[in-house]
Amino acid sequence: MKTIITVFMKEVVDNFRDRRTLMSALLMGPLFGPILFAFIINLSVKQSLSNANESLDLPVIGSEHAPNLMSYLESNNIVIVEGPESRSAAIDSVANGEHDVVVVIPETFGENLANMVPATIEVITDQANTQAERETRRATRALRSYGQELAAMRLTMRGVGPTIMRPLNVDEVDVSTPSGRSVILLGMLSYFFIFALLTGGMNLAIDSTAGERERGSLEPLLCLPVKRDHLIYGKILAACLFMAISLSLSLTCFHFTLKFMPLQELGMTPNFGPSAVIIAFLLLVPFALVGASLMTLVASFTKSFKEAQTWVSVVLLAPTMPILVVSILMVRPSTLLMFIPSLSQHLLLVGLIKNEPLNMLHVAVSVGGTLIVGALLTWVCARLYRREGLLG
Amino acid sequence: MIRVDNLHKSFGGVKAVKGVSFTADDGKITGLLGPNGAGKSTTLRVLYTVLTPDSGTATIDGVDVVTDHQAARARIGSLPHDAGLYPHLTARENIAYYAKLYDMPGDTIDGAVQKVIDRLDIKDFADRRTKGFSQGQQTKVALARSLVHEPQNVLLDEPSNGLDVMATRSLRERIRELKNAGKCVLFSSHVMQEVAALCDEIVIIAAGQVALHDTIDGIRNATGCEDLEDAFVKAIEMVDPIAAQTA
Repeated sequence: MKTIITVFMKEVVDNFRDRRTLMSALLMGPLFGPILFAFIINLSVKQSLSNANESLDLPVIGSEHAPNLMSYLESNNIVIVEGPESRSAAIDSVANGEHDVVVVIPETFGENLANMVPATIEVITDQANTQAERETRRATRALRSYGQELAAMRLTMRGVGPTIMRPLNVDEVDVSTPSGRSVILLGMLSYFFIFALLTGGMNLAIDSTAGERERGSLEPLLCLPVKRDHLIYGKILAACLFMAISLSLSLTCFHFTLKFMPLQELGMTPNFGPSAVIIAFLLLVPFALVGASLMTLVASFTKSFKEAQTWVSVVLLAPTMPILVVSILMVRPSTLLMFIPSLSQHLLLVGLIKNEPLNMLHVAVSVGGTLIVGALLTWVCARLYRREGLLG
Repeated sequence: MIRVDNLHKSFGGVKAVKGVSFTADDGKITGLLGPNGAGKSTTLRVLYTVLTPDSGTATIDGVDVVTDHQAARARIGSLPHDAGLYPHLTARENIAYYAKLYDMPGDTIDGAVQKVIDRLDIKDFADRRTKGFSQGQQTKVALARSLVHEPQNVLLDEPSNGLDVMATRSLRERIRELKNAGKCVLFSSHVMQEVAALCDEIVIIAAGQVALHDTIDGIRNATGCEDLEDAFVKAIEMVDPIAAQTA
């Protein structure tokens, strides 16, 4: 026990002085996740929300030729603004991105309309501009519905019911709920936390195995009258501590960046107050043992720091696999799934954030199962440390 | 006292050590001399229990290195090939870390570390981080680290590698001090002159076997060569003619 503490303390002091470890444990992991998440959320909210209640500024050329249409558009929350002076100027301004869409109403518009000749309205737009697509769709939809209203009026004047023009009534029923749509985003969220946790201990796991060997400090260490198991336990524990620090920083950081994310607009009312932060920490922290021992195990097989970095980076991706599969298949949490590390943390965290009551059986299985897997991996590491080939 | 008896060790198909036997007494400096790849390091590594021999035994003060390796390790201080210091720790912290792992009582550690720092003349850089230390400074710290628990037996694997003249001299003085304190010192080298300057007894190893085990004069007599280098080559020739020719 004394040996484990001695090794643990030394690794902690050593790594707190190592800029590389500090960068990854205290900066990279904790900040990278929440900030990237906030960025993606903001972007996706901007893209996906059709801001129908927001008025659309629509530049129109020749608005004086169609006063009725203009007032119809304005009643549809479209603000008519003065367009470019000519049609060619409008084309140029759309092409260079000054305007997203410009409507051109020709002089003959009123005359054609009166003579029952189809009156042309030009909508100038750039199909390649995805940003403009939504505005264009909104403008054309408003124009079409104006046309339909005129048609209905004409039919009514001739004593024909306007419904004759609508033999079909296609009704789409969308059953997706806002919180259902947010599942993929939430899946990303728990991965960010696990990512932060893993990066926190990554350098330490590499340094205490491949690093020690490369530096030549492993051989004198193994000459000491201590059990090799105890050496590896101390190192894995130190990696766990760094992972826990990184995780807590990441959670705290997310708690604050959440204020800058328009999640409510996505229909998500995430539960991430101080108490949720603490519960999330307790739910996720058992994974540190799995992460630390897995990384130590992988790094033990490698010959140098560089090689270890390459392979351990793969470990960073491993926890995504179960999360990804479940996110796509939309599997509901079950007790059996709670035995799978990273997946169980993910499911519990998603439930927590959705403000669902915690299933204590699930929590117990998740914590217990994860710790058992971690203990097994730690044991394998200890076995590996007994090998002669360890010195390479 | 270190006793090695008919040690065998091979890696894959390569037989590194084939029946090495010798004894290194307390109060003497015993040199393990041989060309590169002769099996010196492997023998030492078996002695400080990093490697397990295929057959044969080795004891440290009567403690078997295979069956009771932990107790054997407690009786030796070893300076392996690389200094292997932790660059983010100071010299003092490096030494104290080992003192703790040697399971020294907590209240004696600071005193023991200070003592070994004074003795090996590390004072000037004891509280600097070891990153950027010269080879000589590193070796001193590594030696201090292996002596902090005052072991009865000291194993040094080519300790003067990469040291300049001054550092080598000071290292030799330290090794003589250990001998005068009644310790058993076993050190390996591939430089005949160095071994001759320091050792009471020399074990010449070639091709994984002991070619000669004697005092310097004894080796001169046995080989019939007055010049030490000639004597060295001749001794190797006895067991490994090919290595002697290419040397």
